Amino acid sequence: MTSQAIRREPTIVDVAIAIGADVVAPAAGAVDVEARFPREAFDALAQEGLLSALVPRHLGGRGSSISEVALVTEELARHCSSTAMVFAMHQIQAACLVRHGRTPALLNLTRDLVERQLLLASATTELGIGGDVRTSTCAVERDGPQFRLTKNAPVISYGSHADAIFTTARRDADSQPNDQVLVVCPKESVTLEPTSLWDTLGFRGTCSPGFLLSATGDADLIFEDPYGEMSAHTMLPVSHILWSSVWLGMASAAVDKARRFVRSAARSRPGTTPPGALRLAELMCAFQQFEQSVHGAARQYDEIRDNADALDGMNFAVTMNTLKVGSSMTVVDIVGRAMLIVGISGYREDSEYSLGRLLRDAHGAALMVNNDRILANTAQLLLVAKD
Amino acid sequence: MEERIREVLVQHGRLGVDVAALGDQADLYEAGLTSHSSVNVMLGLEDAFDVEFPERLLRKSTFSSVNSIRLALSELSSS
Repeated sequence: MTSQAIRREPTIVDVAIAIGADVVAPAAGAVDVEARFPREAFDALAQEGLLSALVPRHLGGRGSSISEVALVTEELARHCSSTAMVFAMHQIQAACLVRHGRTPALLNLTRDLVERQLLLASATTELGIGGDVRTSTCAVERDGPQFRLTKNAPVISYGSHADAIFTTARRDADSQPNDQVLVVCPKESVTLEPTSLWDTLGFRGTCSPGFLLSATGDADLIFEDPYGEMSAHTMLPVSHILWSSVWLGMASAAVDKARRFVRSAARSRPGTTPPGALRLAELMCAFQQFEQSVHGAARQYDEIRDNADALDGMNFAVTMNTLKVGSSMTVVDIVGRAMLIVGISGYREDSEYSLGRLLRDAHGAALMVNNDRILANTAQLLLVAKD
Repeated sequence: MEERIREVLVQHGRLGVDVAALGDQADLYEAGLTSHSSVNVMLGLEDAFDVEFPERLLRKSTFSSVNSIRLALSELSSS
C-alpha cells in the first residue's frame, strides 16, 4: 500500500505493524541470543509517541484505550515476545500513572512521559514475601518533603534501561504488610545494585535480573490511592489483559508459521490435501477462541474502567484471574500444536518455520505470577462469589 | 452483634493488631485484613449469623470496618 492510499490518520496499530516489520522482526533473533534489551524497538516506539499512548489527548498523549494498546502489544509479539512484554509492562505502569497520578509531581511525570517518552518499569516482588505482590516487607521512610526507600527485588524487568521504577512498599514503618503504596523512583535518584543475572529459557530480552534498589525523591511521587485499590482497579486487570495480548501475539506467530507451512506443502502437490491441513483447521478453533477471549476482556475493561463498583466486584476479579491462567496455558498448547503441524522444520533452529524461540518464551507465561497462586486466589473467591 | 463480629475477626481475620483495641470505624485493611482473609471473614460471618452475602455486598468496602460489617448484617437480617 502506498502512503497516498491511506486517507485516514494512521492508528497506533498501523504504526505498530510498520515498526514490527521494519524494526522489531530483524532484531528479534539477536535480542534472544544475546539476552539484550531491544533498544532499537523502543527508540522507534518512542519516536512515534507510542509510549504515551494512554495519556489523554488534553495532556498531549493519544488518549488510546486499553483495547488499542492491547492490539499494539499483540502486533509486536508476532515478531518478538520480549519487545512486546517490555511494552506491556511499560503500559501497565503508564495506566497506573494516568488513572491514579494526581499529585503535582506525578502530573509532571505524566508530562515528561509525553515529552521525553520515558520508559517505566516496576518493582513489585520482594525477597521474603513468598511471591505475594500484595504484601511488602520494605517501608517508605519520610524525611520532610523527601522519601527514602530500599527494596531487595528478585526481579526488575529492564530495570537498568528504565527512566523510572514504580515500586511497592509499606506505607510507613508501622504499617501492616498489605498496607502498601506505589512509589515512583526516578532514575536520577535510584541506585540499582545487581544481585543476580538474567539467563533464562525465554523472554531473554526483558533483561530482568534481581537488584537491591535504593531510592530517594519528592514525597509527592508517592501515589495517594492505596496500592490495594490501584491493583484491583488498574494494575491487575491491565496486567492480565496486556500479558494475554503478548501471548496471543505469540500464538498468532505460531499459527502463521503452521499456515505458511501447510500452504507450501499444498503448492508442491496440487490436488492432494497436505496431512497437516486438518490439524491446522483444528488449531484455528483453539486460536479463534483465544483471540475472542483476550479481545473481549480488553473491551469489557474499557467499558467498566470508570465504574469503581464493577471493578471492585468479585466476578470481575474472577474474570481477570481466569483470563491470565487460561491465556498462559493456551499459548503453550497452540505453539505445541503448531509444532506438530510443521514437524521437523519447526524443531530445527535453522529453518524459516523454526518454533524454538516461541516454545521457550511460551513456557514463561504460567510462571510470571505463578498460575497456582492465581488459581488459589480464584478458588477462594469462588467460595463466596455469586453468579 | 458487634461482639460476634469481633469474634469472627479474631478467628478468621489474621489481623496484625489486637481486634479488641480497634475502634468500630478503624480501617480493617490497614489493620492487616487481606483479600484472602476477608473471604474467610465473610464465610465466618455467614455461618455465625446464618445469612448469605449477595453479590452487591461482595465489595471491599463491606468489610472495611466493624461498623460497615454491622451495617451490612443489619441490612441482611431486616430484609
